[in-house]
Amino acid sequence: MRTLRGWGKRLRAWIADGSRDRDLGSELESLVQMHMDEYLGAGMNREEARRLALIAVGGVEQVRQAVRSGRGFPWLEGLARDLKYAICTLLRSPGFSLVAIGIMAIGIGASVALFTVVRSVLLRPLPFSHPDDLVALYSRGDLSKTDSENGYVASGDFYDWQKSQHGYEQMAIWRWSGFNMSGAGGELPEFLNAGTCSWNLFATLGAGPALGRLFTRDDDHAGAGRTVILSWSFFERRFNGDPAILGKTIRLNGLNYTIIGVLPARFQFPHPLIQLWVPWQIGEGRNAVSSHYIHIAHVVARLKASASPAAALEEISAVQYVLYTRLRGSGEMEQGVIGTPLLEDLVGDAKKPLCVLLAAVACLLLIACLNLSNLLVARSAARRREMAIRSALGGGRFSLIRQQLTESVLICLSGGALGLLLAVGATEWLIKHWTELPRGYDVHPDGLAIGFALAITLLAGVLAAAPPAISSTSAAILGALQEGSRGIGGSLGRASLRKWLLTAEVALTVVLLIAAGLLFKSFLRLRTVDLGCTTKNVLSLNYFLRGDQYSKPEQIVSFDTQLLERVRHLPGVQAAGLTNVVPGGGYYGNYEISIHEHPAQATGEHHFVAYRTADPGYFSAIGIPILRGRFFSDDERLENDKFVIVNQELVQEYFPSEDPIGKHLRAQWRTTQGENYEIIGVVANTKYELGKPVAPMMWFPILGGIPGNSGDSVLVVRSQNDVTPLAMPIQRLITSLDTNLPVKNVLTMEQIVGQSTANSSFSATLVLSFAGFSLVLAAIGLYGVLAYLVTQRTVEIGIRMALGARREWVLRLVLIDGLRPALLGLGIGIVLSLGVTRLIGSLLYGTSPLDASVFLSVIATLLISATGACLLPAWRAARIDPMCALRAE
Amino acid sequence: MGSRNEVWLGTLALMVLRTLATIGPQHGYGLARRIEQISGDRLSVNYGTLYPALLKLEQDGSIRSEWGVSDTNRKAKFYKLTAAGRKHLERETRDWHETTAILARFLSPAEEA
Repeated sequence: MRTLRGWGKRLRAWIADGSRDRDLGSELESLVQMHMDEYLGAGMNREEARRLALIAVGGVEQVRQAVRSGRGFPWLEGLARDLKYAICTLLRSPGFSLVAIGIMAIGIGASVALFTVVRSVLLRPLPFSHPDDLVALYSRGDLSKTDSENGYVASGDFYDWQKSQHGYEQMAIWRWSGFNMSGAGGELPEFLNAGTCSWNLFATLGAGPALGRLFTRDDDHAGAGRTVILSWSFFERRFNGDPAILGKTIRLNGLNYTIIGVLPARFQFPHPLIQLWVPWQIGEGRNAVSSHYIHIAHVVARLKASASPAAALEEISAVQYVLYTRLRGSGEMEQGVIGTPLLEDLVGDAKKPLCVLLAAVACLLLIACLNLSNLLVARSAARRREMAIRSALGGGRFSLIRQQLTESVLICLSGGALGLLLAVGATEWLIKHWTELPRGYDVHPDGLAIGFALAITLLAGVLAAAPPAISSTSAAILGALQEGSRGIGGSLGRASLRKWLLTAEVALTVVLLIAAGLLFKSFLRLRTVDLGCTTKNVLSLNYFLRGDQYSKPEQIVSFDTQLLERVRHLPGVQAAGLTNVVPGGGYYGNYEISIHEHPAQATGEHHFVAYRTADPGYFSAIGIPILRGRFFSDDERLENDKFVIVNQELVQEYFPSEDPIGKHLRAQWRTTQGENYEIIGVVANTKYELGKPVAPMMWFPILGGIPGNSGDSVLVVRSQNDVTPLAMPIQRLITSLDTNLPVKNVLTMEQIVGQSTANSSFSATLVLSFAGFSLVLAAIGLYGVLAYLVTQRTVEIGIRMALGARREWVLRLVLIDGLRPALLGLGIGIVLSLGVTRLIGSLLYGTSPLDASVFLSVIATLLISATGACLLPAWRAARIDPMCALRAE
Repeated sequence: MGSRNEVWLGTLALMVLRTLATIGPQHGYGLARRIEQISGDRLSVNYGTLYPALLKLEQDGSIRSEWGVSDTNRKAKFYKLTAAGRKHLERETRDWHETTAILARFLSPAEEA
């Protein structure tokens, strides 16, 4: 208690230092007076009395100092002194300070921004209760392959899992879906991304409603009344957040759905794009709900608190294997089940690029630290005398180191504060431009990010200051005083420290440059991939023909033909066609096929082929060349649709040595029994996605008009010149045909290609800019060291020249001196890269991790930059006038 | 060096408290004189030690200071024992007696035997 009060007084004393000092001053003055009175009383004169009084008191200043150190916080005062001194030093060389602060700001800013993203996306738990118990379950096609990919789950399998005994508290099924929402009250019709889910999805995740109620078992069966739950953003956007909407109906795909509840704003599973949820058995067809062969769904399960994850998975897998053995004869069955933690499932694809970026940023920060360290070494060398004198006057080594640390930490703190501002901006920018970042909506800098910034700032400060501070205050420090003012030999140690720092810096830069080069090359490769069709001046837009109005083939065909007819007559339209998905638009889906003319397949052997639809004009509109046979004709529509066009890849895989024309593919396109489709044409290969291999494909006539299959339409329009002005008239045409039909994804083919390379361009550009910045830092470092060395060696060079050394020789001497650490760093960097690049191998497309051209251009870039950085000091050294150099001392 | 200093500081503080308890409010000069006098001039008080000790006592709340006028009509700062200081003195005195008694037993084993 007393100590505590003492501290309080100390604190107050420290704050009120000035007045306290004056008080002490007058007290000591009165003390001296009293002693004087004594001597005066003994008959001495004033002067002598004062002298003796001062001796008796023992020196006013000494007493004052003794009192002061008992008052306040001496170490705090020491710190304040260091701080004041550091600020003065920094202000004295504003150029150095600004450069140093700027470098640290960029390093720290980039690190904090990336850390914020990584933490929010990869590390922060999902916003559900006990998120660690949640797993995503997927099918596993082949148990013998350990690396088989996650497969979607068939709804029929799911219901059998649910019925079995297992270690999961609950499991729910869901998939992406979409609905046309009719316009009402003057609002435009709209296509809504939606989800269909079993009634217990929200309970499984542990989420409650914000308004109304969630689904119950009674909502989720085929005969139930149609209900819908809205996401908070949709509720706000479309209904102005009016709770009165509960119990009202909205029209989705032409049917009435009753709104029963609204989800809270923080419920963003699985993606914020999802606007509403519909019960599984309402949203999916009866066939899909019970089928064991239609693999379309995701499953989320919550583990029982008592259950082990492996055992629970084992139980479900066993159930699946029984299903497999029982049903494999009649359709494609999955053999087992894979479980992935839900968080990992949601962010899986982003993990690798994020880690690469984080590593790149860590390199950048390290390089920034090394650079600051380098600058500080240069300064500490310049201040060697100062250190020596202070040390000689009794400055302890610790206090000297502390003072240098203060300076570096101060730089880092200023840089860190600036960096934090930068990070806020950078984070926002990252989220905005990283379109496919999962959980992007969840990313925002918070207290932890600030804490992280502070931590790395201090760490960077200490890291950067440690080598120069320790070396400049080493025991040999007094040597600096003995050294002649010429200081030729003494600074070589300092220079070699700087060279080592430089070597490390160059090595890291090389690693960054090579990684960036590989990513960039891979991006360029991807960018120039030929999709197999025309991408110039081609516009595409989606519409979905659903509901009562389009429940008969005639209705669909009539809409499609009318639309095509009118679009083809629009001025500026060169060609138009219909499909369900354009090249580069994704895999879409597949059907199991068998070849009528070939012997029957063995039991359990299944062939799947990606399918598309096309009207007679589609292939010429998008510029996919026909290789053999013909396109669909105008009369191949409605019931007369048993024709199919295949791609070259399919021919190579299934008809390697036969003529495919006239053969028949059997597929369950129109009915679940399957029909034979005659192959009438072979078209060139197209890619369903950039960076993915070509897959076998088949096209059915869209004008078959099968509801569900032909309802998904992409209208493709090609024009002579810029196609974008056509977007509005085409949309008006669609509205004139059906006012309630929304249009989605109005995109040129170039935009579609751009979207699919966006991610790779993003990480390539970022890493490249980090690498570029590192290169500049390394070049500055190299220049700085060499310029410093030349200044140090001016006299030596002068003497050499006076003794007859030629200028070219001096130039070479300095150049070699500077290039040696650069070359060493280059070598180390390349060796490191050989290992590191293998880690990013999976991010590369069409580029080997050891791509020679990238390595060579990095080596060339580095050599050119290094030579450039060395040339100026070397040239300056060569121009030294020996007379001036010798007189300068 | 530090620990010896502390012992000295500790005993000096005790002397100061005791002196203030006996003669009432006193200034630094008077305290020094009084302590030297009582010690029979065997101690000489260093102001560089006395003033920090006074400061510490004041920070602990054992004494209070205020400006006043001395016998010789000089302005001086007077230190005064507080109630807390009086308790502190009693406790310290007890401790001191105990310590010295124990030490005495250690230092004179011959008499004991």
